[in-house]
Amino acid sequence: MIETETYTINIGPQHPSTHGGLHVEAIMDGEEVKDAIVHVGYVHRSVEKIAESRTYAQFVPYASRLDYLASHLPTLGYVQAVEKLAGIIVPERAEYIRVIVSELSRIASHMIFVGSLAIDLGATTGMVYCFRDRERIMDMFEMSSGQRMIASYMRLGGISADLPESFYPAVESFINDLPGMIAEYHGLISGNEILQERCKDVGILSAQDAVAYGVTGPNLRASGVDYDLRRDDPYGIYPRFEFRVPTGQNGDSWDRFMVRIEEMEQSGRIIKQALRDMPSGEIQAKVPRILKPEKGREVYHRVESSKGELGFHLVSDGSDKPYRVHVRAPSFINLMVLPLICRGGKLQDVITNIATLDPVLGESDR
Amino acid sequence: MITDMAEESNTAKDNHMAELAAALNERFKPLEVNYDQYFAYLKIEPGALPAVMQSLYDDWGMNYLGNLDAVDYGEEFEVVYHLYGIPAHDKKIAVKVRVPRQNPSVPSLIAIYPTADWQEREAYDLMGIQFTDHPNLVRVLLPDDFSGHPLRKDFGKGV
Repeated sequence: MIETETYTINIGPQHPSTHGGLHVEAIMDGEEVKDAIVHVGYVHRSVEKIAESRTYAQFVPYASRLDYLASHLPTLGYVQAVEKLAGIIVPERAEYIRVIVSELSRIASHMIFVGSLAIDLGATTGMVYCFRDRERIMDMFEMSSGQRMIASYMRLGGISADLPESFYPAVESFINDLPGMIAEYHGLISGNEILQERCKDVGILSAQDAVAYGVTGPNLRASGVDYDLRRDDPYGIYPRFEFRVPTGQNGDSWDRFMVRIEEMEQSGRIIKQALRDMPSGEIQAKVPRILKPEKGREVYHRVESSKGELGFHLVSDGSDKPYRVHVRAPSFINLMVLPLICRGGKLQDVITNIATLDPVLGESDR
Repeated sequence: MITDMAEESNTAKDNHMAELAAALNERFKPLEVNYDQYFAYLKIEPGALPAVMQSLYDDWGMNYLGNLDAVDYGEEFEVVYHLYGIPAHDKKIAVKVRVPRQNPSVPSLIAIYPTADWQEREAYDLMGIQFTDHPNLVRVLLPDDFSGHPLRKDFGKGV
């Protein structure tokens, strides 16, 4: 074979398919991707440093802003980490409401995933349908917290306000309509032959590599590893719910897509059970206004976010501010495998692979 | 009722972590071992890190490095590794090493856990930990021409 000179194509940081400020240097040999170099950090806001000058309660809105597509999930991770650190018991009703909004967040995030994959691959109409349905979730968040996207709804020891009456009919009709929405996505997006061709056998990630590179969440499950923190390292009241953990077989982009669609269905099931079992009562535990966890205590708490294992490592020095906060961002670590799954493919596959790894750069760059 | 159950299961978790900590102490003779209901903590010398990690990986099923980060304790930095097993859900081990501020160098774990790559680069970028044998220890979040390591407690204080 003739040796040809390689050349570089820059994708991003300002490009719609990079989902924020992500820069990928694709090293090309003709049409084939030889290697890909990933640059992150374009939206680094030094969240971990800011945390050291804020009290435990003041950091909650910053946590919300990590993953702005599913803002309840990082908030949940953070408040639960502080609750572990300080030994706070959350009232039952607040736990149920947290589960409902978290799972709605997961569905909203996966809808963005499906929609943005569609538009990245040229199917503009599919995107519009997903955003139309996600809008109903945003409306519900507005009802419960006053905010659509970045709803700093959770508080240390509870939630900021009880659900309004208008929330219940909205969530019930949404859950009832969810199977119809998913059927529509199947008809419009997954049934499309072009999309199938561009996803199947593209960006294959083996189970072994996925675990070695610390890939988590739907990306890990698509590679056939049955691992979901909600079931395997349960937090909050998740052990009370029945749900299935969907997994893929090939670990290609298609499996990453299908796993997320199935996860939406399972989240719908969890919300249904939570609405059925939710007790009435308090929504906020009694938490000291100035919270000072014991000196020298530390926790690492992780939750299953829509992107994967979202962990918070907190260290207390006995003052009202955390001594150290580290965020284990699943988007950051999932992006590490992008070169691995792009090598040997075509340039168009890089776009598919970025979309199906589903990074959110606000969380990756912190 | 539910609270009682929670307390009971917490005691069970405590016992489980106590057993795990005792087993780790027996096997590795570390500097220090302790536990709470969530983790068994293992404090070792930085030089012993690769051997201990390899053994945890091979013999204890700790095939998943969940988290890696560093904490600034003034004279010393502490690098913490949170290890899990897939599918060995029952063991949770946090390995800690302390290095002096003057020479914060820790062996890289890329050979055992490829996921350490960017996490070590981040700890270098923000905290200035030197991971020896890392093939590409450059900044990951901050620009290449940035000077200093902002998560250090003395950053921006004229030191």
